[in-house]
Amino acid sequence: MNTRMLTGWGFGVPGTIILIGLIFQLVTQVDSTFYFAWGYYFEILIAGLLQGVMYSLVALGFVLIFKASGVFNFAQGSMVLFAALTMVGLMEWGLHWALAFAATGAVMVLLAISIERVVLRPLVNQPHIILFMATIGIFYLLDGIGQTMWGSELKSLDIGIPRNSVEILENVFEGGILINRYDLVVAAIGAVMVAVLAVFFHKTRIGRALRAVADDHQAALSVGIPLKSIWVVVWTVAGLVALVAGIAWGGKLGVQFTLALIALKALPVLILGGLTSIPGAIVGGLIIGAGEQVSEIFLGHFIGSAIQSWFAYVLAMVFLLIRPEGLFGEKIIERV
Amino acid sequence: MFYREAGQFKSTYAKDQAIFPIKQDKLGVLAIFLFALLVVPFFASTYWLNSILVPFLVFAMAAIGLNILTGYCGQVSLGTGGFMACGAFFTFKLTTAFPEINIVLIILMAGFGTALVGIAFGLPSLRIKGFYLAIATLAAQFFLIWMFTQNPWWTNYNPAGVITAPPRALFGDFYITGALATPLNKYLFLLCFVAVMALVAKNLVRSAVGRAWMAVRDMDIAAEIIGIRPMFAKLSAFAISSFYIGIAGALWAFMYTASVEALAFEVTRSFQVLFMIIIGGLGSILGSFLGAAFIVLLPILLSNAPALLGIRMSTDMIAHLEFMIFGALIILFLILEPHGLARLWQLAKEKLRRWPFPY
Repeated sequence: MNTRMLTGWGFGVPGTIILIGLIFQLVTQVDSTFYFAWGYYFEILIAGLLQGVMYSLVALGFVLIFKASGVFNFAQGSMVLFAALTMVGLMEWGLHWALAFAATGAVMVLLAISIERVVLRPLVNQPHIILFMATIGIFYLLDGIGQTMWGSELKSLDIGIPRNSVEILENVFEGGILINRYDLVVAAIGAVMVAVLAVFFHKTRIGRALRAVADDHQAALSVGIPLKSIWVVVWTVAGLVALVAGIAWGGKLGVQFTLALIALKALPVLILGGLTSIPGAIVGGLIIGAGEQVSEIFLGHFIGSAIQSWFAYVLAMVFLLIRPEGLFGEKIIERV
Repeated sequence: MFYREAGQFKSTYAKDQAIFPIKQDKLGVLAIFLFALLVVPFFASTYWLNSILVPFLVFAMAAIGLNILTGYCGQVSLGTGGFMACGAFFTFKLTTAFPEINIVLIILMAGFGTALVGIAFGLPSLRIKGFYLAIATLAAQFFLIWMFTQNPWWTNYNPAGVITAPPRALFGDFYITGALATPLNKYLFLLCFVAVMALVAKNLVRSAVGRAWMAVRDMDIAAEIIGIRPMFAKLSAFAISSFYIGIAGALWAFMYTASVEALAFEVTRSFQVLFMIIIGGLGSILGSFLGAAFIVLLPILLSNAPALLGIRMSTDMIAHLEFMIFGALIILFLILEPHGLARLWQLAKEKLRRWPFPY
């Protein structure tokens, strides 16, 4: 990242935010039924950004696996659900949440190993679409197993994160800005996790091997990197990311089947950020989260409510028309 | 012994390029069709017609549509459910607005409407490809479903947001939709309709357009270099595929369920059809039928299996087990035969040629 890019982002992002705000303020001049206030706008924006961090948590798992093995892992969502279900189930047995966390982590490691053994190994060298379909198979299988083992009713997952809202900047805006503390804590956890992943990828031996595999499978093999164990590591890391995402989402919405469909929400985040980029997953998540909330509240006034269900996809699609490789994706070079 | 082509000489190009170049194939397909047309109606119970044969035919139609786009042109789409909803709602609006026009014409018109929608949502395919495109087609899925649930105009202001098939006859008293339609009528109509459409599709994929699709699928840049217009190829694939899928959606809403809400065409429907073509075989019309049969029959089999085996289970448990077995079977299938059921049939044909003297 050079200085030019940094200044671009540094001015571009606040600029865009203020520009959109100004446009909305102009609209209030034309349409008197339309409500807009800067404090309200920023409140929604921040809520959206925090929501976006949670999308990123799911998207991260996708990126890790896609980067290292070229597999588009549709089962990431059900891994989130499975991890959350297992964690809740263990806590219902009376385990302390930290113990349950560790045990669930172990389960996710086992899961990663078995997926590599049973599914991925026999499908080596198959076209991407077949591997993608296989992960949809894993999706169904995991959902079935998780719900058979732990039941399908709505469960609450509470690991003691405060849920009340705090008010900030009361003196700047009228009424201040309300922020949910739960979202803030989750965002902080997400930030820590990304930092840990970044260190892991850049400083450790396994991390470097992972990046080598991501660059070129055959070259990595030829310098003696064991591809199979690398895949297990990637799926394990993705499983642990899924566990954190599962705790975050499960704590917010409760643990139930719909959690698996969160993965669908992570898809536009992915393509917006670029399928192969970890920072892309974060930035994409923030853009989608903020864009979704702001459009739901302000644009929804004109087109109709519940546009959240598709806005993210259309935003990502329009964006892809301009930049087909996503924000931070590798430039697509094709040769005949 | 019975399946061999020795002695069948082709003396003209037309004969060489026939859809079924081997006599046994031609007779076999004809025999299956006649069997389904003349014999099945005497044996099939209402349950069989309503919950197995009718959905099978409808899904086969949808699978042919998706196979044209994904199997032949290589553009992965997850918007099938949305396009099916388009066909269903267009048909509903058209037939309630013009009750005097024959329902078949209406369905075809709805198909054309869906084709236009398909072209609009196919436009990103000119810039993006692969998984990026698959996710972009999800935009179509979610946007279309949202549109149909959000605007009561589409359901003629039905308070429940449900469209109900009005009674329409193919000719005279031969009702094929609504309360007056018997399952047998629906089945016979669907059988003939789907057979004709499948034949059209089979012809289409070996025409110049179909060959252009396959060239784009195999490598779009190379195809462009040898003079195939990628824009035309991709958009025509989107249009024709959406045409088929739209018709399938209309048939689903009008013949299979009779009353339907937009949520019936959720994204799970898209995955269901995608499963069909992958299990059946990408790039094969026969595969579309086989895949549809597999996916329609499997859940019925799974939900009836415990009762047949005499095991008592809660419905919840059965639903979860269904999920598990379904997932496991898909993985197993992909590992054993990644090219689908159609490939199995091809291998069987090779064997049949030499049977019973393999050397």
